[in-house]
Amino acid sequence: MRAAIRTRALTKVFRGFRAVDEVDLEVREGSVHALVGPNGAGKTTLFNLLTGFLSPTSGTITVLDEDVTGLPPERVARRGVARSFQITSLFDTLTSREHVELALQGHTRHGFRFWRSERLLGRHRARVDELLEQVGLMPLADKQAGLLAYGQKRALELALVLALDPPVMLLDEPTAGMGIEDVDRTIDLVRRLAAGRTVVFVDHNMHVVGSLADRVTVLQQGRILAEGGYDEVRTDERVITAYLGEAEHA
Amino acid sequence: MTQSVITQAPADGADVAVAASNPRLRWILLAAGLVAALALPWFVYPPVAMDIVALALFAIALDILLGYTGLLSFGHAAFWGSSAYVTGLIATHYGLPFPVAVIGGAVFAMILALPIGYVSVRRSGIYFAMVTLAFAQMVYFIGYQWSDLTGGENGLQGVPRSFFGIEAVETDSFYFYYAALPILLFGMWAAWRIVHSPFGRVLVSIRDNAPRARALGYEVDKYKAVAFVLSAGLTGLAGGVFAISHGFVALTELHWTTSGDVVLMTVLGGIGTLWGGIVGAFLTVMLADYLASSGFHGIDLITGSVFVLVVLLFRRGVWGTVRHQWNSRRRRRTTSGEGTGR
Ligand SMILES: Nc1ncnc2c1ncn2[C@@H]1O[C@H](COP(=O)(O)OP(=O)(O)OP(=O)(O)O)[C@@H](O)[C@H]1O
Ligand SMILES: [Mg+2]
Repeated sequence: MRAAIRTRALTKVFRGFRAVDEVDLEVREGSVHALVGPNGAGKTTLFNLLTGFLSPTSGTITVLDEDVTGLPPERVARRGVARSFQITSLFDTLTSREHVELALQGHTRHGFRFWRSERLLGRHRARVDELLEQVGLMPLADKQAGLLAYGQKRALELALVLALDPPVMLLDEPTAGMGIEDVDRTIDLVRRLAAGRTVVFVDHNMHVVGSLADRVTVLQQGRILAEGGYDEVRTDERVITAYLGEAEHA
Repeated sequence: MTQSVITQAPADGADVAVAASNPRLRWILLAAGLVAALALPWFVYPPVAMDIVALALFAIALDILLGYTGLLSFGHAAFWGSSAYVTGLIATHYGLPFPVAVIGGAVFAMILALPIGYVSVRRSGIYFAMVTLAFAQMVYFIGYQWSDLTGGENGLQGVPRSFFGIEAVETDSFYFYYAALPILLFGMWAAWRIVHSPFGRVLVSIRDNAPRARALGYEVDKYKAVAFVLSAGLTGLAGGVFAISHGFVALTELHWTTSGDVVLMTVLGGIGTLWGGIVGAFLTVMLADYLASSGFHGIDLITGSVFVLVVLLFRRGVWGTVRHQWNSRRRRRTTSGEGTGR
């Protein structure tokens, strides 16, 4: 089976600090792959490398067998890799509906049509409604994102990724800060959407990891510490020590 | 193990959406604006009226960048001034009707904006402002040095005002005002169209959160560059009309103080409001005109103080403050019946 994402000796050094260190990651096409590890392990940095927000110090990245090393974020996005952000990242003055419309337009060139009315964006209406419905934001479709509550922003964040309908989806802590109910709803949602795609997600919540992941990669200090099925990894000595070590620090 | 729940206070959201959802108010304002534009030369000395409308378009064009894209250009004198010169030169050497000369000036401004925009959009924040300023200074020195063409410090004298042999327009600035007004109104309409287009939506997203726009697949630098060129073109229309109206192009039109003045007008009216530019230009020109005719010698001091006062009292500019008040009253009325979602 083809690898959706493959990195070779991927490394990112911040002023001598190796945040991602010689990582060889392989994500199988069509799998749901969890990336876990203590705070500061380099998970978000790895996501930033995979999506072009950071360029690697060394190493290579291929997505669906195409080399994307060093491509800018918009080019990576157009290759079918969409991501959500750990720290909610929205357009404060735009409404939920306007967000999703923008996302649907992202891979077209219609965005350059400065001579047309923005009502043109309304042609996506049915799809927009469907997406907002899926994440439970329909009642707030016309509210500005800056005025949404935290959990609602997380939901909108997810809707944006879904709107891109990407073959490869990277979700950075999709359930961070959510209550139990929303966590379960998000698990359901991700499970449904994973059909026919590849999903890589970061989450500290082991319940989420256990329910979703086909495969788990544990990162520590920028290196891959262990990899395997959830049960396999959970009982791995080194992983237990890594997490216990962190618990003692905290 | 979850991260701490960040319960962010709702941001002080902008008013764009609410204002747009009130079409009746928009028509009333539009009609009032048109009447005011048509009536202006009856109340204000026509050349001054022309200055107001031309500078209003200038400020509106700048707001496309400043208010809707989040880019502070400090070099727009380059487009205003170069269009003024090119318009003046076309009118002088070819004797074409002035609208043709003005279009020529605007096209020149857009061509000039291509390389300047291409280079400067790679920078953001204060660096963007510095790069645009640097380019504008280069253009200024070219205008200063190339005196065979531009008249150097003396400016470009005796720009004719040709208009299909219609003498009233060619000689009387009252009639000229009505002949030139459609060009400027077209420019304002174009700015409105741009801001409220699919393209304008992308600009706002870039202003709010450029990295996020990139993650959605938008080539942010290209969008900024196109916005820059469009803004320069509209600025060029304004600068061209200004040149014809005065029958003269001064080197100051290229000077950095001109870039600064239009930023002040835009801020005074309210950033990201578009029509605020009209208010900013009106207040600035009227104040300067009043002070000049009263023989007062510290014009800059007074206009500067007024500017500081307005900015301190009305954080969103004059128009922006009025709009915000209006919208928050509306919002308060509507939210009392609205469900709370989930
Ligand atoms: N732009 C940067 N410059 C310097 N250091 C950075 C930068 N980005 C991340 N780091 C450092 O790299 C390390 C890894 O950070 P990263 O955000 O990837 O961790 P993480 O695994 O996502 O952690 P968390 O679970 O807290 O989100 C941290 O020590 C962080 O301080
Ligand atoms: Mg992280």
